[in-house]
Amino acid sequence: MRNRRRTTLTALAFASPWFLGFCIFMVYPLVASIYFSFCDYSVLRPAIWIGAGNYIHLIHDNIFWTALINTAVYTAIALPVGLIVALGLAMLLNMKVKGMAFYRTLFFIPSLVPLVALAVLMQFIFNGQYGILNVILRDLFPFVHSQSFPPNWLGDPAFSKLVLVFISAWGAGNAMVIYLAGLQDVPVQLYEAADLDGAGFWAKTRNVTLPMISPVILFNLVMGIIGTLQVFTVPYVISPTGSPERSIYFYAMYLYDNAFIYHQMGYACAMGWILFVIIMILTLLSFRLSERHVHYGS
Amino acid sequence: MTTSVNAKRRPKGRLTGPRNPFLVHLVLIAVSVVMVFPLFWLVSTALKGNAQAMKVPPVWIPHPMLFSNFPRAFTYESKQLGYIPFLVYGRNTLIIATLVVSGTVVSNSLVAYAFARLNWPGRNVLFAATLATMMIPFPVLMVPTFILFQRLHWIGTFRPLWVPAWFGSAFNIFLLRQFFMTIPQELSEAARIDGCNEWTIFREVIIPLAKPALAVVALFTFMGVWNDFLGPLIYLTNQNTFTLSLGLQNYSSQNGGTEFGLLMAASTIVIAPIIVLFFFTQKLFIQGIAVTGLKG
Repeated sequence: MRNRRRTTLTALAFASPWFLGFCIFMVYPLVASIYFSFCDYSVLRPAIWIGAGNYIHLIHDNIFWTALINTAVYTAIALPVGLIVALGLAMLLNMKVKGMAFYRTLFFIPSLVPLVALAVLMQFIFNGQYGILNVILRDLFPFVHSQSFPPNWLGDPAFSKLVLVFISAWGAGNAMVIYLAGLQDVPVQLYEAADLDGAGFWAKTRNVTLPMISPVILFNLVMGIIGTLQVFTVPYVISPTGSPERSIYFYAMYLYDNAFIYHQMGYACAMGWILFVIIMILTLLSFRLSERHVHYGS
Repeated sequence: MTTSVNAKRRPKGRLTGPRNPFLVHLVLIAVSVVMVFPLFWLVSTALKGNAQAMKVPPVWIPHPMLFSNFPRAFTYESKQLGYIPFLVYGRNTLIIATLVVSGTVVSNSLVAYAFARLNWPGRNVLFAATLATMMIPFPVLMVPTFILFQRLHWIGTFRPLWVPAWFGSAFNIFLLRQFFMTIPQELSEAARIDGCNEWTIFREVIIPLAKPALAVVALFTFMGVWNDFLGPLIYLTNQNTFTLSLGLQNYSSQNGGTEFGLLMAASTIVIAPIIVLFFFTQKLFIQGIAVTGLKG
């Protein structure tokens, strides 16, 4: 009995950094954040309880809706594109041809580029006037004489989000490596059996590869939802105000501006909780939908 | 999350060779060009003066190569901002990274030991709660955490960026716990019979065996600090305390449209160390991602 108490005390000593960390950096901010979300709070003055005021205000806030819709549109494109590109690249890297180690390294390197540098570099490449991409496009299609070709990319609200989708797909190396690990765990026998049945590439992909790596797809999907809805660094570096025409002004950017530019801390907290609820709903939805489609083996 | 049980029983392998390897190589090369070209263009521009950088048709390989952009980026004088010291930014980033990485490794290995190797009431409940915190997006916690540091008068110092690292983090606790659990319990039992206390077992048995996992945690944490933008943006107020990421953003937003060679040289300074680090730790890196992904 004494021995057990000693083990418990020892364990508590080992875990003590986390007890403190959990309370100070998790529980306290969570509770405070809920409370502030019902307050008018601007750091300089003490918080005043206003009930659901922030939430009601948000519903009538046009910029909130712009930021939310921008984020939804961006997520609706970037998430599937990212998942498919990463899976496609992983399948390509899983083929049995010479020099694969070299290609794997090359495909992974873009995901190492720190986000700020990534944004600066891509802004330079996609620049409408002197960017290298448009120089190449003009050379490749000299016969196209149109005002709208080549596009002004980050300067055109119709294209700015697509450039961000490209940037995020270009750096999708992490998801790619996770897919690749999953692909290498698919038993060879399954492919051999499919070969005997005369299955082609698409049939094998549909009936063997996808079901076998479905848990990995679900994992990348959930991580993708959480990450994409919080997109901040790349658009902020490209334009802190989300120009042109607020087309790349995203949820996390408006939240940041409310908190640290307009000093509406309570309002920002309310936005944080709405984001949290959206993420939870989408995550639960993915798990629910996956029940039918994700295959965890026997 | 694990893949099929079947997967354990048979030799691991890939698809059989493609019917047309030439076509596969063609696609691989095309994708490689897309992947590498932006970085090639980065380095190429970093070695150009303004006239060459703006030239049409573009100069692919700079001639002459202008290396002076690099020393200039380290000690740049700008009209709007005064001195833009990338050397100082680099030093700041390394100071923060050292403090964060050591704090992360020390605190999380201690906590993970309690969760993985010791039996105590409430362990499983607290572990479940720990995992649940991974779902909470940072923007929810951002404001109260900022206010906390403001009350402590820590805004403008490095402390908000590194002190929390010494208190553990859910993801790393989880990662190290999973690894510690794979170490045979008999090793601990034997040490206990020899009269070792838990601290000695932790230090002499577990930590030496867990070096690869600790290296993964250290590597990813370092990358995280190097990459972090929002943290420094919120907490650092003075030019001289900026990190590389924040400094680069600041420089780019103020002077982005003026000297591209210099801007790309500065970006190279931010990117290159990470890619060099990757080449030295490639195996560890890929294993780390695969393990966190599949077990996450």
